[in-house]
Amino acid sequence: MSDPDLLFSFLTKLNALTGGVFLLVAFGLVAIRQMLTCLRLYVFQSLLLAISALMLGYHYGSIHLFVVAGLTIIAKVFIIPWLLRRTVGYESYAKREISQAINIPASLLIALAITIFAYFIANPMLTAAHAGIFARVNLPIGLACLILGAFTVTVRREAVPQLLGILAMENGAFFAGIAIAPTLPLFAELAAAFDVLIIALVMGLLTMKIHKTLGKTAVGELIALKEE
Amino acid sequence: MELLFILLITAVAAALSLIPLGKRFAPLVTLVASLAVFFLSIQAALATLRGGEVVAIQDWLACDSLAALILLLAAFVGLTAAIFSWGYINAIVEPGDVRKIRRYYSRFNLFLLSLLAIPIFANVAMVWIAVELTTLFAVFLVSFESTPQALEAAWKFIVLTGMGAALALFGVLLLYWGLRLGHPGAFTWTGLLAAAPKMPAALRNTAFLFILIGFGTKVGLVPMHTWIPEAYSQAPSPICTLLSGIETSAVLYCILRLLPLFPRAAVSRAGMWFIIFGLISTGVAAFLMLKTKDYKRLFAYSTIEHMGIIMVGAGLGSFAAHLGAMLQIVAHAITKSLCFFAAGATLMATGTRNIPAIRGLIRISPLAGIFLMIGGLAIAGAPPFVVFLGEFSILKAGFVHGHYLVIGLLTLFIGVAFFSIMYQINQMVFGSPDIILIDEQSLFGRSTLPGRNILPPTCIIALIITCIPVIVCGVYLPDQLYQLLHNAAAVLGGYR
Repeated sequence: MSDPDLLFSFLTKLNALTGGVFLLVAFGLVAIRQMLTCLRLYVFQSLLLAISALMLGYHYGSIHLFVVAGLTIIAKVFIIPWLLRRTVGYESYAKREISQAINIPASLLIALAITIFAYFIANPMLTAAHAGIFARVNLPIGLACLILGAFTVTVRREAVPQLLGILAMENGAFFAGIAIAPTLPLFAELAAAFDVLIIALVMGLLTMKIHKTLGKTAVGELIALKEE
Repeated sequence: MELLFILLITAVAAALSLIPLGKRFAPLVTLVASLAVFFLSIQAALATLRGGEVVAIQDWLACDSLAALILLLAAFVGLTAAIFSWGYINAIVEPGDVRKIRRYYSRFNLFLLSLLAIPIFANVAMVWIAVELTTLFAVFLVSFESTPQALEAAWKFIVLTGMGAALALFGVLLLYWGLRLGHPGAFTWTGLLAAAPKMPAALRNTAFLFILIGFGTKVGLVPMHTWIPEAYSQAPSPICTLLSGIETSAVLYCILRLLPLFPRAAVSRAGMWFIIFGLISTGVAAFLMLKTKDYKRLFAYSTIEHMGIIMVGAGLGSFAAHLGAMLQIVAHAITKSLCFFAAGATLMATGTRNIPAIRGLIRISPLAGIFLMIGGLAIAGAPPFVVFLGEFSILKAGFVHGHYLVIGLLTLFIGVAFFSIMYQINQMVFGSPDIILIDEQSLFGRSTLPGRNILPPTCIIALIITCIPVIVCGVYLPDQLYQLLHNAAAVLGGYR
């Protein structure tokens, strides 16, 4: 076996490992009650996204993916946690979430079903597009994390996990994106990174406002607007 | 070059609005800017009539007829909303709170900028970013009054549409993948169209569904509609006109853009999804309107209903139905602006959003009463108005091609919606004058006595300006506008 082949097989295995951990983190976001841990999980997930982008960038020889990895690390590993800690305030993180819409074992089971469903959707696309080995790992896992993020938003009642759920959805979309769209125009990549920052800023500020006005951040329990 | 100027002017206005130069400066800047943008977009629309496509920067900023139509509507609604804001925002912020006025106008301009960017951007990834930005810039406009209800509405708004945007992002990336598979062109709407025949069907269909559901949350398709009544009831009225009149149609425009990507045989399947979502939205909204007790919510449900009608029109697939859908987009944008301005005027005159609390509005505030009645009649689809024309052309187009079941159901739902709207509006407008304040404090710190609250002149001007096309276009469409609608419908590629 020659050297590039060895490197290639090493890269694919490492990428598969990254993908597996990426998926595991998405499961963690569904279930873990400690809010500060949720934020750390999100940061870890973003780091995995950047690592996968680096590996794919090396494989495809694409400068775009290196830029994506750099932007991801700057925006999601450094700026977003800082932003969220500044805006939301420490006391909101110190809390544990008491009530969830569905209890944890049940929601993990549903999360498992979602993952299988994601593979089920991704498969025909991979076959139709004659996708490479990286897309075969990244597309279904990214799709699973996208839907798991949506699921997180619906079962969580606190503002911070809901916010992280939406950011995790974007992470999932990009995890698939780095494999299937490695040459997206750089300007669009820059704008997307900027966009994620604004999402975090706006939602963080809104959480702070809600905390100030209502004295709590359990947004799932707000019912002032329910119609009788 | 018009397109670049439109974006630049709005961006500059957003920055200038923050300069502290008295309380008249920010509204004046916004007004001048939106007027300039309106004339520039008329110019751009006329240019598409002559040359087909206006290009400012190849592959990045360009406008064809369909985009020009949305651009023109956005500029028109933006202009009237800027006029209406002048009086309305002065009335709802506490006197002397100039900072809040400045912040409002700055966000208003940014929101308008993102709305104008949707049709102007040619790159699909950039269009997605513009759609996402409409949400982010609108959030603090929805929560502008900072009441617990407004904050709750804003949270629901950003969470639901944020989820939708992430789903749509996945769809956009899939489209890019499909584009790259057989075609080296740029990631624009035209590039996609050129690559469509080589795109694998599985990819195209999955991308379509993700974008339909993702952007469908912003359009307000049932069952992703739950944020709409909440955000519309809490946002200031001029923001409601932008959200309802333009934002929904502009995002729907992105979904409509996918229709020509399907080959003739598959277009009916995509059309089927349009029709299913459209009929469900129209039906659910029509019945919810009967129950609601808040007139801004009433118009919010009516927005969902009209989006449903447009979806059905687009899904029917014939050129005539597409033309009807285009006309309906125009009709909805101008008529719903009138409705929300009238709702804002009613709110200023009575201080409550509660339908059962208001009786005899026509005597409490004759202007608000008359415009609310005209707006209600027009949006419900009464004959001389432009909405009737749009609905009728969709129904007729469907009937000619033998979609009897779809047209039958649509007619039924439109009938229910007509009854619901007229029932609710009649209840408010006629009868002996009376305001029963049940739970809401008197808004704006103004008199709750009937007849005391006079509308600010700018609000009246905005009402009159929007009222003119609502009435005129029902009986007479200018040639250029008709030609633009015709070209825009042709972009969707329906069969003749």
